Amino acid sequence: MARTPIGPLEYTRRTWMRLTLLATFVFLYAPIVTLVAFSFNDSRRNIVWRGFTTKYYEKALGNSDLIEAFVNSLTIALLSTVIATVLGALTALLLWRFRFPFKAGYEGAMALPIVIPEICMGVAMLAFFAKVGWPSGLPWPLSLSAIIIAHVSFSFPFVAVVVRARLAGFNQELAEAAQDLGASEWRVFWDVMVPFMRPGLVAGALLAFTLSLDDFVITFFTSGPDTVTFPVKVYSMVRFSVTPEVNAASTVLIVLTVVLTGIALWMQFRQEKKSS
Amino acid sequence: MEDWRRGRSAFWLIGLGPTVWLVLFFLLPLTIVWLYSFAELRGVVDMEVTGTLSNYARALDPLYLEVFGKSLVFAGITTGVSLVVGFPVALAIVFATPRWRPVLLLLVILPFWTNLLIRTYALIAVLRVRGFANFTLEWFWEQSTTLLSLLGLGSYQLLGERFEPLELLYNNTAVIIGLVYVHLPFMVLPLYAALEKLDRSLIEAALDLGASQWRAFLTVVVPLSMPGIISGAILVFIPALGSFLTPDLLGGTDSQMIANVIERQFKSANDWPFGAALSFLLMYLTFAALALRAVFARNAGGL
Repeated sequence: MARTPIGPLEYTRRTWMRLTLLATFVFLYAPIVTLVAFSFNDSRRNIVWRGFTTKYYEKALGNSDLIEAFVNSLTIALLSTVIATVLGALTALLLWRFRFPFKAGYEGAMALPIVIPEICMGVAMLAFFAKVGWPSGLPWPLSLSAIIIAHVSFSFPFVAVVVRARLAGFNQELAEAAQDLGASEWRVFWDVMVPFMRPGLVAGALLAFTLSLDDFVITFFTSGPDTVTFPVKVYSMVRFSVTPEVNAASTVLIVLTVVLTGIALWMQFRQEKKSS
Repeated sequence: MEDWRRGRSAFWLIGLGPTVWLVLFFLLPLTIVWLYSFAELRGVVDMEVTGTLSNYARALDPLYLEVFGKSLVFAGITTGVSLVVGFPVALAIVFATPRWRPVLLLLVILPFWTNLLIRTYALIAVLRVRGFANFTLEWFWEQSTTLLSLLGLGSYQLLGERFEPLELLYNNTAVIIGLVYVHLPFMVLPLYAALEKLDRSLIEAALDLGASQWRAFLTVVVPLSMPGIISGAILVFIPALGSFLTPDLLGGTDSQMIANVIERQFKSANDWPFGAALSFLLMYLTFAALALRAVFARNAGGL
């Protein structure tokens, strides 16, 4: 390929631009890459490479507290995603379909969980569950209920935003045609609206799932000694020391979220291809 | 859009669930904290809502004003650094070839999908005294010393007798590095969105008329990407202001931010009324930042 001279607007071909880009990506990725690499390092000191090993993965797998926290996190993410997707979709439908008094105020209140600092939401949840005397010591899945409720509260407005963006492209004539052909309101909802909303629902659900899996601050304030989630467990481990075991467990979580995000992006891409 | 009175049953059916949830599990908890901020402690855990303003008055104590000031400065520096770093990155992505653009964009977004706690933890491993940053510096030190002794300057020990690892962790700098690390994608994405819409012929026109690249950048590119700059600044400033994890894990004793003080009131000091007042003050600061953005947006729209 012949080297053409760099045009005045070809900023990306300038050396200093490329160096900036490179430096930024090194800054963004070096910590994560070293974290993953050293989860396979056969040395506790975690600084010099001493050969490949998977023993820290075995150790992490053998750590029953860590596994329990992981299972808790996945359970919370799964259940809160289901509830948040339903509530978020309903919110989106309500705001998309109806004109009603104080709508701007309603929308503002719905946006609050997105904008207020996590710490404020965390302490609000702590105060609320203490005030109402939320039962602790329930059998397993129910013991997670407080955390699940808190997660739904911060994630369903995000789902609503995603689904509403999808609904903005809906052709009202489709629903009217179905109604003209004698479909009931319910039928229109299930056979026309829901299939149309599906990509938005999937994207929103995946967003809710990763938000729930990622959350530390709000969970930190709602979890008790028996309901430790993965980030809360990692936090308590990190406070004491940096160990390859934590690296191994973190790597598993990174892979999980990257795969999920990849699926979400791929589905969105496929949908865009289909509609264009 | 139809009026709610035309389909009352559908309106209630759709709206009831989310509304009840929002009121019961979000607005009510916030109200409880708001009420607590006007309460007085009675005994160790008992509180009585008396309508006192003493909790807010206590927040004006120089000790806590300093924490607020520090949080604002940290968030401000983070926003500034993110802007300076993020602008060339966004520019490079916009002017990249179409094949590379989505790849670069994905590379910016990807770390954002990794758990915040894990990213902060990864940063600890890089920055600590026996971490990779110091390891790399030590390597450079050794190479330079070898080079110097080859040049016959070894006996002067220009670079010191031995390598002194830098204290990169548990101080204010570490907190800023951590905050930039976490929030950079929030700056790059809105900048990218704004720059992508920019009409390139305007830059060409400026260059044709004899402006230097730098002048064209300052007088054409920056003003036209102002909406992106403002969005990015707000998106970085607000979460940075309320950060808990980064100062908690990377900061030293003197780099505590508001969120850390709030956490202490609720978790260890057991002074819930004061913690409640602080968390509402933090929320008001957040709203002020949002209002500022709305003002900017209106001004930009009016032009």
